[in-house]
Amino acid sequence: MMFNIVGKRFWFFVISGAVILISIISLATFGLKAGIEFSSGSMMTVSFEQTVEQGELKQELASLGYTNAIIQRTGDGDFLIRTHELTSQDKAQLEDALTKRFGHLTEPEFNSVSPMVAEETTQNAAIAVAVAAIGILLYVTWAFRRMPNPFRYGTCAIVALVQDALIALGIFSILGGILNWQVNLMFITGILAVIGYSINNTIVVFDRIRENLIKGISPSFEVVVNNSLVETLSRSLNTSLTTLFVVLALLLFVGASIQNFAVVLLIGIIAGTFSSICIAPTLLVVWEKGEWGRFIGWLPLPRAKARG
Amino acid sequence: MTRRNSLVVIVILAIFAFALWVILPIDSERFGREGIQLGLDLQGGVHMVYKADLSEVEAGKEAEAINGAIAVIERRVDVFGVTEPVIQRQGKDRILVELPGVSEAEKAKRLVGQTALLEFRERVTDENGETKWVPATGVINGQEKALSSNYFTEDTYVDRDRMGRIILYFEWTEEGKKLCEQITPRILNQPLGIFLGDEPIRGEDDEPITPIVMDALERCSVIEGLSFNDASELSNLLNAGRIPIPLTPIYEQTVSPILGADFIDMSLKAGVIGIIIVMLFMIIYYRLSGVLASLALVFYGTLVLALFKLIPVTLTLAGLGGFVLSIGMAVDANVLIFERMKEEFQTGRTLGATIEAGFNRAWTAIRDSNVTTFIVCVILYWLGSSIVASAPVMGFALTLFIGVAVSMFTAIVVTRTLLRLFVGTRLARRASLFSPYIGKK
Repeated sequence: MMFNIVGKRFWFFVISGAVILISIISLATFGLKAGIEFSSGSMMTVSFEQTVEQGELKQELASLGYTNAIIQRTGDGDFLIRTHELTSQDKAQLEDALTKRFGHLTEPEFNSVSPMVAEETTQNAAIAVAVAAIGILLYVTWAFRRMPNPFRYGTCAIVALVQDALIALGIFSILGGILNWQVNLMFITGILAVIGYSINNTIVVFDRIRENLIKGISPSFEVVVNNSLVETLSRSLNTSLTTLFVVLALLLFVGASIQNFAVVLLIGIIAGTFSSICIAPTLLVVWEKGEWGRFIGWLPLPRAKARG
Repeated sequence: MTRRNSLVVIVILAIFAFALWVILPIDSERFGREGIQLGLDLQGGVHMVYKADLSEVEAGKEAEAINGAIAVIERRVDVFGVTEPVIQRQGKDRILVELPGVSEAEKAKRLVGQTALLEFRERVTDENGETKWVPATGVINGQEKALSSNYFTEDTYVDRDRMGRIILYFEWTEEGKKLCEQITPRILNQPLGIFLGDEPIRGEDDEPITPIVMDALERCSVIEGLSFNDASELSNLLNAGRIPIPLTPIYEQTVSPILGADFIDMSLKAGVIGIIIVMLFMIIYYRLSGVLASLALVFYGTLVLALFKLIPVTLTLAGLGGFVLSIGMAVDANVLIFERMKEEFQTGRTLGATIEAGFNRAWTAIRDSNVTTFIVCVILYWLGSSIVASAPVMGFALTLFIGVAVSMFTAIVVTRTLLRLFVGTRLARRASLFSPYIGKK
């Protein structure tokens, strides 16, 4: 009962490549919608007693002068409305107008960020992401220092991680394009958590490869990697499953407020599990065997050559 | 070995009992605290950050000006009756105001952010024939001064006159009286504008209140026509004093207390359901080992909550998210260990040898893999502490860090100790109880 995971490596590259390509195209087309924390403005949660259509709300807001308002529907009469930064007076007028048009409303949440604060937040978030990347890079180099080729292991781990981040960003640009989802501070937090989590899985697999190399279970690097993968497979899947369970619970029960965050985690855990099993270790094999040329040769006629 | 293990069991039970004692009942006031501290997003309330304009303040007196403003805001908030408000200087020129549990957010904001300066204005007609309100001024010590509530003594109060109308009493200071003596003759029989900021104050009929100056202004120390609520609010503001520097809100977050309570309910539900599913999964897959891991998970949850209370950690929605996430991640160390044990069993070892080998071999992987999560947590915590909207990011980083750290302890110490209890018993011979797939080979 020995899976040959490494043997299907070219297929994994194609899958991963395709998803990354879609992500990049989507990012280029839709871009990402920055939340108010990064681009300033006001965001309010409104809850109407009666069902309100998103189109009508958009029209009403436009007629009040909020032509650029971004509306995200979260329930029958529940919406997230994002506008430029509102003063207390603007806000009171807006509430009055909406009440007149759609009936009684409550406003459970209101958040307003000035351009100065937004600029500061963006800057610091960028620094944090950069520092996190450097920190993880340093750590990976250190963790793999006893490997035969620490640089290779580090690079493969980072490639896997970049893939996870790209996929999460890509899916969010699609969600942003279609459902007006925005990239907020919790999104960045989620991405960083995912990066930490994904590298964690990769390290466990690499750790086993190192152990098996030292044991010398097989002269073939490919066999060593595959055995290590199979040995750690149930661990990788089980850990991801338990984490997925709790993230799903978060998503289902806690709802709109940390929706972005839970969805990033969900995407990241799935992508991270895939990349730590199918991408990072198999990349190592490809690198070891220097078979980039073979991969490219394999591409145009996959079926014919895959058996070879 | 066995005796040492029994000792460890006792220590673990003692820690568990202590943790339970700390967290139960969940809203107790032990250690002088009311239950676990909740962030604004969970208990509702107002979070504002103001930027002070210090351009008019003398060099070297900035701190004094900010502290003055904070003192005034504190007095105003006192009147509003907020429990445990936070009013703090942040950085060089910012003031953080947190009013937990406040449901009338708009009113609270109005109270806090007001400069609360009543200005008295006279109506003039300019050369184009347009009338406008300009500050009523007089000269004191050779300097032109505008008549305002700066010249009130700080003991205004609201009452009813003989006709039952609401009146706001105030008294002029000596300087105020001097100004009045100069101004009154000039605008006798003309209306007097009373402005709060740039808006005239309005009566119950929503019309601006513009009394006609009938007599010497010095005796005109009442304002008539306000509604009772407006009059008391104004009186409170005036008595608390004026904020010495202009404040502009640069960040605001308001959450209704009802929503906050919903969040707690929902995240508790998510946490409980998450724990139950994880436990079921572990038990079905790893059998008796899974049961022990589940016990360790209960211990884990209790200990983490106790730490939240002892440190204390202010729980936010994102923090709860971090805690729920850490439940899923907490079993990771156990999964690593059990998978190792499975392999050790397959080589035909006894339970005792398997446990030790499984734990020893899994340790490097557990350690190495958690370090990245720690790195990310530390960086996120720094990010959180460096920005205005700090609560969610810091909360998440802190709870995830605590969660992962405790999970390493529970997986390594608690699960191992519980497993060791079975070494040498009859059950130990049935490896299939402890690990999946064993015996099927």
